[in-house]
Amino acid sequence: MKRRSAEIIALSALRGIALGVLLATLLMLGSIARGGASSISWEFLTAAPIEGMTRGGIFPAIFGTLCITLLMIVLALPLGVCAAIYMVEYAGNSGLSRVIRASVNNLAGVPSIVFGLFGVGFFVLFVGRSLDRVRGGGLLFGQPAMLWAAATLAVLVLPVIIVNTAEALNAVPRSHREAAFALGATRWQTVRRVVLPQARSGILTGSILSISRGAGETAPILFTGCAYFLPRLPLVHLSIPFTGLSIPMVNPLDQFMELSYHIFIMATQSTDAALTRPIQYGTTLVLVGLTFLLNISAILLRVRYRRALEAR
Amino acid sequence: MATETVLEEIEPARRPRCPRRSFLGERLIESFLRLNGFVAIAAILLIFLFLFKEGVQAFRTIPPGRFVESTELDFDNMPQTVRMWQPVSTNPKYSLVPLILGSFLVALPATLIATLLGVGTGIYLAEVAGKRTRELVKPAIELLAGVPSVVIGFFCLATLATLVQNAFHTTFRLNAFVGALGVCFVIVPVIATMTDDALRAVPGHLREGALALGANRWETVIRVVVPAGASGLIASGLLGMGRALGETMIVLMATGNAAQVTLNPFISVRTMTATIAAELGAVPQGGEQYRALFLVGSVLFTFTFGVNLLAEMAVSRMRRRLAL
Repeated sequence: MKRRSAEIIALSALRGIALGVLLATLLMLGSIARGGASSISWEFLTAAPIEGMTRGGIFPAIFGTLCITLLMIVLALPLGVCAAIYMVEYAGNSGLSRVIRASVNNLAGVPSIVFGLFGVGFFVLFVGRSLDRVRGGGLLFGQPAMLWAAATLAVLVLPVIIVNTAEALNAVPRSHREAAFALGATRWQTVRRVVLPQARSGILTGSILSISRGAGETAPILFTGCAYFLPRLPLVHLSIPFTGLSIPMVNPLDQFMELSYHIFIMATQSTDAALTRPIQYGTTLVLVGLTFLLNISAILLRVRYRRALEAR
Repeated sequence: MATETVLEEIEPARRPRCPRRSFLGERLIESFLRLNGFVAIAAILLIFLFLFKEGVQAFRTIPPGRFVESTELDFDNMPQTVRMWQPVSTNPKYSLVPLILGSFLVALPATLIATLLGVGTGIYLAEVAGKRTRELVKPAIELLAGVPSVVIGFFCLATLATLVQNAFHTTFRLNAFVGALGVCFVIVPVIATMTDDALRAVPGHLREGALALGANRWETVIRVVVPAGASGLIASGLLGMGRALGETMIVLMATGNAAQVTLNPFISVRTMTATIAAELGAVPQGGEQYRALFLVGSVLFTFTFGVNLLAEMAVSRMRRRLAL
């Protein structure tokens, strides 16, 4: 009887802990949703801040977040996926592969603020200043800019992309590869025609999760390109030769406003934090919404993908 | 989420070498892919290099002893030994003691609370929950893992700090404990996911054997499954602590940012991460304080690196023991 009651108590304690964690999550999300719901409006999403950032919208921050996220994807995704393909399909268990694996695991454990330091020391001061020296003339590359912020974020999400892609590749049964080899396919033919088609949705899921991780990071971009307030969007007008027309283009050498940085700076550094609380809540809700959209789509995609794997 | 899993060694399918098949294209593709593989190595080397290169230069102008304590004249012009981080003053002080203490004052309570909650949730997910419940709870935990840390920091600042103050009647609204609770939101999902993975890797026949010997579910879990996956649980706690030491935005927003030498978690503290985040933007690069901040970064990197290394050793130990 004693054993039975110990079991009941212990199992309900475990249930209680899990429930507590879920409730705490709900409490947090609920308080943000309740605080932010009233400030979300069409104007809030599409207008620029006005009157010393005490009123108006957050469009420049949304625009900056989208730009830097896209740039980060361009820089990190092909690199990460190719590195994972090399590790899983080519390097196998060789010494080189072990070194790469150790580097990836270590990279994943580096604190995000250290990436920020690295971004300043390497991208802005070393790469940027060197480019400026080669180019001659004034400061162009050697200062905080969207390009360097995106590059810093790319290094941050790289291990996440590699780990997720490698997991998706490892989920493809080895017998499929062996069958392809037996039919005389080369290694690349096997990867291209047999492995990648099966791993595609797994890779996609992992990539979306890593992108959402990068999109929400603040610490690495604090010193590499974020601006408190910019009166303009980071655009340049590229003129098309001989036509007299010009098209607006995102300028990767400009600074930018960003959602997570906007939250941080409005909540801690603004002159009247209490007055702008609604804006802070609204911005937080938008950022949470954005990352949840990415995360939920990844989770749904994975459920479908798991079903397809199990059905096979 | 896969973020926390450690890359595993899996034997690839062997392809017999066949010289006629190694076309030029194949070679090119392989070298291109290998080049990408080197990027990860290059990145970790460059981080290491640039962090420590700047950090070590701090010793050129600041004697090493001043990173522990320095002397200052008090009001009666008597020299006094102080341990303070006060880089902007006529007599700049660079003691790392309050910063390191601050970091651990946040990270240790956070790890303790989060290990309790995270391991509990992980055991629940792996051993107690039914399939249906599991499919609901697991994505919820993953969603929590996806919340940006600045959002959690804002929640701590705006809501949680008031709740804590009302409950504990603390003098300072923002203190190390609020930061620790905030950091829990980040590392509970990490620990829960890793615990779940570790316990699910324990072979089923161990459970069946215990049940067949007459043990009930709880006895099976606590006497058989948890000991078998113990290294994995330890690794999850260590990884959680690594994350807690490196967490920046939450502690920057919720701990009050006053560098003090204290062991009281209900006092405002300043962590290594928050110091870098708060000060680097305002320092002229190449100066004394700039290098001191890189030194703080190097110390932080060393701590998290060590903790993560221990975690990795625990994981590979478990893998060997379970012969996976």
